[in-house]
Amino acid sequence: MSPEAYPAPKDKRLTEDEAVGRLQSGMTIGIGGWGSRRKPMSLVRAILRSDLIDLHVVTYGGPEVGMLCAAGKISRLTFAFVAPDVGAAAVLEPHFRAARQGGAIECTELDEGMLLLGLHAAAWRMPFLPTRVGLGSDLLLANPGLRTVRSPYPGPGGGEGEELIAQPAIGLDAALVHLNVADERGNGAYTGPDLYFDDLLLEAAEQRFVSAERIVPVGDLVAAAGDVTRLRVSRLFVDGLVTAPNGAHPTSCDPDYGHDEAFQKAYLATAKDPERWDAFRRDWLSFATEAEYQAALAARPAEGAAS
Amino acid sequence: MSTHAGHPVRRADVCAVAVADTFRGDGETLANPIGIIAMIGGRLARATYEPDLLMTDGEAGLIANHEAVPAKRDRMVETYNPYRRMFDVVWSGRRHVMMGATQVDQYGNQNIAGLGGTPARPKTQLLGFRGAPGNTINDTTSYFVAVHGPRVFVPTVDVVTGIGYDRASALGPVAARFHEIRRVVSNLGVFDFETPDHRMRLRSVHPGVTAEDVVAATGFELVIPSSVTTSRLPTPDELRLLDDIIDPEGTRYTEVPDPT
Repeated sequence: MSPEAYPAPKDKRLTEDEAVGRLQSGMTIGIGGWGSRRKPMSLVRAILRSDLIDLHVVTYGGPEVGMLCAAGKISRLTFAFVAPDVGAAAVLEPHFRAARQGGAIECTELDEGMLLLGLHAAAWRMPFLPTRVGLGSDLLLANPGLRTVRSPYPGPGGGEGEELIAQPAIGLDAALVHLNVADERGNGAYTGPDLYFDDLLLEAAEQRFVSAERIVPVGDLVAAAGDVTRLRVSRLFVDGLVTAPNGAHPTSCDPDYGHDEAFQKAYLATAKDPERWDAFRRDWLSFATEAEYQAALAARPAEGAAS
Repeated sequence: MSTHAGHPVRRADVCAVAVADTFRGDGETLANPIGIIAMIGGRLARATYEPDLLMTDGEAGLIANHEAVPAKRDRMVETYNPYRRMFDVVWSGRRHVMMGATQVDQYGNQNIAGLGGTPARPKTQLLGFRGAPGNTINDTTSYFVAVHGPRVFVPTVDVVTGIGYDRASALGPVAARFHEIRRVVSNLGVFDFETPDHRMRLRSVHPGVTAEDVVAATGFELVIPSSVTTSRLPTPDELRLLDDIIDPEGTRYTEVPDPT
């Protein structure tokens, strides 16, 4: 075989809109990050300007949940909490609350650890994983599909096998995560305090999209990340790669930037009145491209550019 | 009130030592108090009689600092403890968490998920279940309530996020073998479940509070011992640690102000 006949490596580079163009209404979408930390917001903005609807979102939720609820994109949410993480006190997410209280979304409510187990089960192609988490709580009322399973092994002291919660696999049609740095093939690294559950979300998904602050040549990722132990996303589990500087805005992407508190407060205040949400959506969530959004952010007067 | 270290002992100081005493005897355990005074009290226990406790920085590290909230650059990290790692600790049973509660009832059930309606569709959505079911079925749990009132201390919580003793009893001794609700500390007093049927008992009232005050602020029938003790005051050394090391900014006084 002559060298010119060898296949080229996959080119996974996409724009946000190309990535979101591969999604369909009705899909189950896992969103990475945690609360208001390292959320793949540039991909979320692409969903917000798309015609996708009826999405089932699975996430450790932050402001992206409220934005997607307010825009009518979500019909089901699988969550353990939704917290916008603004200021000293944990506050509640007003758009999410309105959607849930008004019955606009169905919810699968879980303990934080059950969400971890559900993603693990999907990633490992298991139907469920057993846990005692949830026993005795009202999760069984909030989440009536939840079943228990009896251990086939003797219980403590040789008694009957223990009855445990069988946390079902949470299989995802697609996962969206944002990382600090990736290489051109789609290997990724986090340089901040916590990977959260981003690798698991990718491993639990059929289609896997990573956006990153920076893309470096193959071979440069260890140096870019600072240490090999930070290379926690393998291209085995990445189908699409998006270059997205400041892509987590307004959430944080430590150590590259913190969250934009003024912007998040402005967003949260839009829940007070539909006209304010409409104006916010028109002013900030209706750009044709992510580049235009970033340009508008950069053009804000200095006092508007927070934190 | 008596005076230590040059200033009168204030209600928040009493709350901090009551929180600290909640962790007494825990040894080499991850003490995980969540909240301002909860964290201050936990740090106080470790700085004094429970030196083997492990504590978080509220993010991804377990740190050795006595300061409640040390600056990032000053943190003395003992180990890396990202969110996912916390489940390893919780499910191993090596943690004592102190959570907040929007509602807590007479058997120690806690609610942080929703008010009114049904668990599947609350009238008022709160944070969610977070980690409360897993915390309470796996580890010792305590609660801190900064504003004690009948809308917080309710006969029955609207949604059981953290399970109390009636739920644990219904599960049976095997499933509930790791369950313990040790204390509830509020701005009025300290409460435990050391009664035959594990109903909440008034353990002590803070100085300046009467048992009647507590009963009036509680929406269910508390077990009241025949003689009600008064919560202890901080020792001079504890007050010095609070003032000089753990909480020099006095953030505890913003969470629990002195009674008017």
